Amino acid sequence: MDTAFTEHRTREPESGLATIVTDFSADQRAFRNVSWGKAMMWIFLLSDTFIFGTFLIGYMTARMSTAEPWPNASEVFALEIAGQHLPLILIAIMTFVLISSSGTMAMAVNYGYRRQRRPTAALLVVTALLGAAFVGMQAFEWTKLISEGVRPWGNPWGAAQFGSAFFMITGFHGTHVTIGVIFLLIVARKVIRGDFDHGRPGFFTGRKGRYEAVEIMGLYWHFVDLVWVFIFAFFYLW
Amino acid sequence: MADVPLDRVAETATTEVEDLSLHHPHSWLTRYVFSQDAKTISIQYTVTALVIGFIALFLSWLMRLQLGFPGTFAFIDAAAYYQLITMHGMMMIVYVLTAVLLGGFGNYLIPLMVGARDMVFPYANMLSYWFYLLAVVILLASFFAPGGPTGAGWTLYPPQAILSGTPGQESGIILMLVSLIVFIAGFTMGGLNYVVTVLQGRTRGMTLMRMPLTVWGIFTASVMALLAFPALFVASVMMLFDKLFGTSFFMPSLIELGTRLDYGGGSPILFQHLFWFFGHPEVYIVALPAFGIVSDLIATHARRNIFGYRMMVWAILAIGALSFVVWAHHMYVSGMNPWFGFFFATTTLIIAVPTAIKVYNWILTLWRGDIHLTVPMLFALGFIVTFVNGGLSGLFLGNVVVDVPLSDTMFVVAHFHMVMGIAPVLVIFGAIYHWYPKVTGRMMNEALGKLHFWITFLGTYAIFFPMHYLGLLGVPRRYHEMGEASFFPASAQMLNAYITVLALIVGAAQLLFLFNLIWSIRHGREAGGNPWRATSLEWQTPETPPPHGNWGKEQPAVYRWAYDYNVPGVAQDFIPQNMPPEAVPLGARPASGGMS
Repeated sequence: MDTAFTEHRTREPESGLATIVTDFSADQRAFRNVSWGKAMMWIFLLSDTFIFGTFLIGYMTARMSTAEPWPNASEVFALEIAGQHLPLILIAIMTFVLISSSGTMAMAVNYGYRRQRRPTAALLVVTALLGAAFVGMQAFEWTKLISEGVRPWGNPWGAAQFGSAFFMITGFHGTHVTIGVIFLLIVARKVIRGDFDHGRPGFFTGRKGRYEAVEIMGLYWHFVDLVWVFIFAFFYLW
Repeated sequence: MADVPLDRVAETATTEVEDLSLHHPHSWLTRYVFSQDAKTISIQYTVTALVIGFIALFLSWLMRLQLGFPGTFAFIDAAAYYQLITMHGMMMIVYVLTAVLLGGFGNYLIPLMVGARDMVFPYANMLSYWFYLLAVVILLASFFAPGGPTGAGWTLYPPQAILSGTPGQESGIILMLVSLIVFIAGFTMGGLNYVVTVLQGRTRGMTLMRMPLTVWGIFTASVMALLAFPALFVASVMMLFDKLFGTSFFMPSLIELGTRLDYGGGSPILFQHLFWFFGHPEVYIVALPAFGIVSDLIATHARRNIFGYRMMVWAILAIGALSFVVWAHHMYVSGMNPWFGFFFATTTLIIAVPTAIKVYNWILTLWRGDIHLTVPMLFALGFIVTFVNGGLSGLFLGNVVVDVPLSDTMFVVAHFHMVMGIAPVLVIFGAIYHWYPKVTGRMMNEALGKLHFWITFLGTYAIFFPMHYLGLLGVPRRYHEMGEASFFPASAQMLNAYITVLALIVGAAQLLFLFNLIWSIRHGREAGGNPWRATSLEWQTPETPPPHGNWGKEQPAVYRWAYDYNVPGVAQDFIPQNMPPEAVPLGARPASGGMS
């Protein structure tokens, strides 16, 4: 640094990569209008993406390496409703319910930013109910499969890894949904109590909450939905 | 760097959270035990990891006793030896090196060096430590479980890891996997803190390109850890399923003691891929913080600006990115498609380029510098030499044709301990000697420190250098004795005995460090706020040791990069990062601008 420090060198106009670096490395915040909580949620979701990605890659490898035939998912997950044989019907309903919950979540975020307490809380509760319905149907699906003899270590139709991967991946995703439902209800309670209007400190963290919490909750919820789309495609449709 | 225009300063509010919302402790319990202050959490992490480190060191002593004097100690039989090797490896890599460098140094240095009052989520940060402690307790519990800790080798390869015949398969392996899962959950909470604090929590004027390289190293390593640990997490969950529920993710059909097991159709290679997708980035998760810390130690104690700061940053990022595409060089002998070997050998050798940039830049920083051979500087210099040596043997092992004969010999042990064992440990020691005055307000004893350095540095060389030779002779690793392999010359066993004696001495010499660490808390020389006359922000705190909130009334504003040492025309040989341009004392300076 042989330039005198008292005067500031003005830089040559930058181009290409250099401008990106300058913008990104700017004062205080790399992402200008992103709060700490939102940044944390995005980075957490990136890490969680790697977890689900690895689960799915593990499942695909197991499916390729096993010598046994892979059970036909359409038949395994078919239901007899009113005498009709409907392949994948329950999964289709579950997917519809979960995707719909993303819609109500998005509406909740919208009302949250308008600071309308009642519709925000109501939509959060609706989202939680849809999520709970999803978990309930998953429980039904697990019960049905278990009663038909599917176990983590084997099943009547072919490769044992079918049951292993099924219980592991849907279980891990279902856990995510369940945690999401719990936090949706917590956020809904905070909204209806007016915590975000009065800046009431959190019970554990002592931090004042803001309506942005609804949006951060939404990020998580949409992620869980998106993961389901991939599980649906790779496990049920393949 | 210094040439970012100043008008960017003071654009945004200083903090997102007002000072009052920092959770200030009210009782002894919330101040020292359940503390949300990153500095206290850092000390908790470091002390816990040091305890584990000494346990793991003791385990390595037992291993060396068996290798040096086979059969003398009856209680170290083959099973016990495998248990020792497994626990030593896993403890040192995950529970010591990762925990100290990220949980310990990350927590202390990131908020102070970027001028923040604390980590952005202090509560999650506190949970991170308690998860880590829980993981440690679960791991240590396996020593007292029926069957003892797992002896699967630190890589835990299936199928043998969970089959009978492997020591600790009753419960040790379960505790190990559960402990890893808890550790990863805990690390995630800490890692998110480190990353978001660096990205979004810096003080006014602290651009990314003004951050000390220590922060760059820890930041990049934290990002890598958040992306690499998921693979280990998933691998642990799947193996736990294989063990507990009888699934066959990693288990092929096999016959055990004449009985066909219920397993079948799984892929043991899948575990190796998952493990090393974590395992190779893990090498750099440990190395990058060490790189960063060494850069700062060298610049400070050689009174020179770091050479090629921008290149140093890019090299850190390049190494971080490349380390995700080299993992299968650990699997050349696992039975992969040969083309994979070609690909992974190429990527592995490419990593040598950014790494060499860093080494050259360290040397050029030292070139004609005003080198003060303080204890931290000695350790930093020791690191460079050790790292270059260990890195060069890595180039051997990165090539498939050279790796195949050397694989599973002591050559690998030598390479690995030089580059990932001794090198980061030297940095950890150097960093503790360097930042101890900030943490306690007192200096560590210098004479003891120098003695500790020379015994450790020369001793570890004397231990690990001959192992290369043993490896070239073909002495296998992970064997608890050489057995009846008559083709080894008798000198191989003599060399083993010599290594063991040295390992005992060098291990015992670490008590010097432990003594110094504890003794200096009360009896060390008063350090003052900035004993090394360093530029970075942690040395400019109004109080030493810094209180909760770090900065008193107002957070510092930053006007320059962290390496303004010996600037021509300035009356002192360093300019702190937070010194406004108009306050810099101009004028001539005595020719020897050293420390008084």
